[in-house]
Amino acid sequence: MASGKEIRSKIGSVKNTQKITKAMEMVAASKMRRAQERMQSTRPYADKLRQVISHLSNAHPEYKHSFTQERDVKRAGYIVVSSDRGLCGGLNVNVFKEVLKAIKEDQSNGIEVDLCLIGSKAASFFKGVGGNVVASVADLGDKPHITDLIGAVKVMLDAFEDGKIDRLSLASNEFASAIAQKPTVAQLIPTVASEDESLKHHWDYIYEPEAKDVLDELMTRYIEGQVFQGVVENVACEQAARMMAMKNASDNAGTVIKELQLAYNKARQAAITQELSEIVAGAAAVS
Amino acid sequence: MAMTIKVDVVSAEGEIFSGSANRVFAPAEMGDVGILPRHAPMLSKLKPGEVLVEMDGEDQHIFVSGGILEVQPSGVTVLADTAIRAKDLDEAAAEEAKQRAQEAMENASTDLDIAKAQIQMAESIAQLAMISKLRDKLSHQGLGR
Repeated sequence: MASGKEIRSKIGSVKNTQKITKAMEMVAASKMRRAQERMQSTRPYADKLRQVISHLSNAHPEYKHSFTQERDVKRAGYIVVSSDRGLCGGLNVNVFKEVLKAIKEDQSNGIEVDLCLIGSKAASFFKGVGGNVVASVADLGDKPHITDLIGAVKVMLDAFEDGKIDRLSLASNEFASAIAQKPTVAQLIPTVASEDESLKHHWDYIYEPEAKDVLDELMTRYIEGQVFQGVVENVACEQAARMMAMKNASDNAGTVIKELQLAYNKARQAAITQELSEIVAGAAAVS
Repeated sequence: MAMTIKVDVVSAEGEIFSGSANRVFAPAEMGDVGILPRHAPMLSKLKPGEVLVEMDGEDQHIFVSGGILEVQPSGVTVLADTAIRAKDLDEAAAEEAKQRAQEAMENASTDLDIAKAQIQMAESIAQLAMISKLRDKLSHQGLGR
């Protein structure tokens, strides 16, 4: 059995770890609240964009944008959103698993895959696993800005327009609640048209300057908006996952401390008992 | 009561304005447009400038650095840009992302700096124009300096 001093120092180190995990939990909790607010404030933009796109899919434009047209898929693109930092439970791994599953399915259908990685965790993961990475961004921080994403998204959009890829999907975490994050892979282009009965009659927009110019811009913005929303949501997910992971770590540290304390008390008592019996035996020998 | 039109101004960073207005003016790319209720459906690009929302009480001036304007009979939606964008800049950003993928970062080229500066200048000019317009209006009312 370990000596009292050894156990005591072990308890001390576990307590220090617990202090750190507790602090991280509290930091993550407050950051999560802010990230959630940011998620909510970016939602109107994504909603409005989606609304305009759905209006558009019901209009009868003279110009059909390539993003709305289905074609045979020979090569697919994936935008993978991950966090920049670790210590957030299975958050990133869950997304990567979904992506790998989708990639495997594509490859069994003879479809090649290109990857666009957002966040440094994805970069290091796919470096190990392999995969054709065509673009990556990292270090977006807690307050991602849409400017940081434009470049990476543009690489994928250009690839689609040049016919290098025939489908583009976004893989990220969906914020279900503070304790549940759902990894999802959703198709971005070709866009999925929605139905709206009130707009069924034949009509079209007045375009300024040209239908092509406006639609190109709108589509780019739409995809960027969707990716941005995914990234913002992923930040909220990251903080929520970290909060949970750190809470579990603190709880586990508590149990370890309890067990160690018990072992320490037992060792101390054993030492006292032994000392007493030695004294008694010594006294008996003298008298 | 006069007819009103529902107006939503949103940017990627959040909702900027939402309410009903009598008239809306926006800096469309082919020239400024004024929109009254029951305007025909329209989709237009915006250039840097001022979106003016005329209401009964007070007018709203919103500066946009570009974006998209959608008009439906049911309302007006302005998708404002907060990001600085231009063809060169987007191109440069894409190039940068590619380079990062290849893990070969280079220093920003001078072309990029010039493009950035030009956009900033265009924005500041538009912003200044709006400020001076506001100041004119105030002095007209005898409130300005």
